[in-house]
Amino acid sequence: MGFGPDGWGYSLLAATGVTVAVAGCGFLVGAMLGCLGAAASFSRFRALRSSADIYTTLLRGIPDLLVIYLFYFGSSSLISSVGALFGAEGFVGAPAFLTGALAIGVVSGAYQMQVFRGAVLALPKGEIEAGRAYGMPPLLLFRRIVLPQAARFAIPGVGNVWQLVLKESALISVIGLVELMRQAQIGAGSTRQPFSFYLTAGVLYLLIAFVSGRGFKLAEQRAMRGIRRAV
Amino acid sequence: MPFDLPFLAESFVALLKGIPLTLQLTVLSVVAGGILAFALAFMRISGKWWLDAPAQFYIFVFRGTPLLVQIYIIYYGLSQFPVLRHSFLWPFLREAYWCAVLALAFNTAAYSAEIIRGGLLSVPAGQVEAARACGMSGLLLFRRIVMPLALRQMLPGYSNEIILMVKSTALASTITLLEITGIAAKLISESYRPVEVFICAGAIYLAINFLVARLFAWLEYTVSPETRKPEERRA
Repeated sequence: MGFGPDGWGYSLLAATGVTVAVAGCGFLVGAMLGCLGAAASFSRFRALRSSADIYTTLLRGIPDLLVIYLFYFGSSSLISSVGALFGAEGFVGAPAFLTGALAIGVVSGAYQMQVFRGAVLALPKGEIEAGRAYGMPPLLLFRRIVLPQAARFAIPGVGNVWQLVLKESALISVIGLVELMRQAQIGAGSTRQPFSFYLTAGVLYLLIAFVSGRGFKLAEQRAMRGIRRAV
Repeated sequence: MPFDLPFLAESFVALLKGIPLTLQLTVLSVVAGGILAFALAFMRISGKWWLDAPAQFYIFVFRGTPLLVQIYIIYYGLSQFPVLRHSFLWPFLREAYWCAVLALAFNTAAYSAEIIRGGLLSVPAGQVEAARACGMSGLLLFRRIVMPLALRQMLPGYSNEIILMVKSTALASTITLLEITGIAAKLISESYRPVEVFICAGAIYLAINFLVARLFAWLEYTVSPETRKPEERRA
């Protein structure tokens, strides 16, 4: 431990950066999927509605670790078989950052979809009716009326999902991405001080969670500044 | 990718063997964690800062760090201390099984404590006042009035937590336990057929979680007769 020439400090900090990056990418992928899913769940078409429903039910009912395995081994075996077509032999691993971020993105999308759905449902109906009465077409109505208000309602829920994603990102260590958890494993293995390393990793995770939690709180306060509170 | 039905059936049967371990881990850790959670919730609402602060800190730490870190600290980390290695606890802490139960229990205790606290705080003050006016106090008041109302309030939140726990037991596979996900990972690395194995394992988890959700929906229905419409009530 420490920042000396043979200290692990810098590699742990770099790994913390990787953790933030992979969790951030997964979170963004999830935000996009969540938006699509929420939009589909309000659709006029039954097929879209039920596929959104199946997506969120499935992905919230299956362990994240299993999804990460599926993405990693699934894409690896796909790459390997494509490689075999061109004469390459053996197992080719898929890039861990990409598959990991996609896997936690798909999982967090299922949660974010619920958050976005709840936020849209929390809008007073009259707002939308008023928008329609002014003759706004659906996209304009969404951009001007729904999005600004729903985003405000969604911030606390989205903050929760971010904390979830951050902690899930530790699971990506099982497919070999050197993020905080994996770096702590490596350090623990070569110094035989597992407790110190995992404790440090835990403290760093707490730090990220704390700082980003603060960020979400500020964002919420700013978004709510024009709202009168009942309590 | 051609679908191989015999292989699908074969992996399904192999994965079924993981169900008892998954359920054991869930039940043991939910029970142990539940007891700890009650203690933490009472510390939180005690109104004494020296009880409240440690409970808050515990909840902050266990909710803010990944479960994987907690499992690794207990399973790998504790061996760093010779004192522990030579203590009477070592036969337990050496076993991946008990480490997983311990980590899961500590983890769920932090989440459940807040659910229980929310339930306890939701009991209307008037109910407690009325009970006091009837002469109930202390444990009797708690057993007859506060607990039934609080339990009912926290059922939905608690069912979510238990479904999360069923999913969390998958992490026990990272410390060598062969529960459903452990077996799935083994099958995948032996056969290189992730999709089939994933479908089987996913279906099993979904079935378990569906049953848990139904069970809690039934519990909720049973304990809240007064919220139903009159014609639905059975005398």
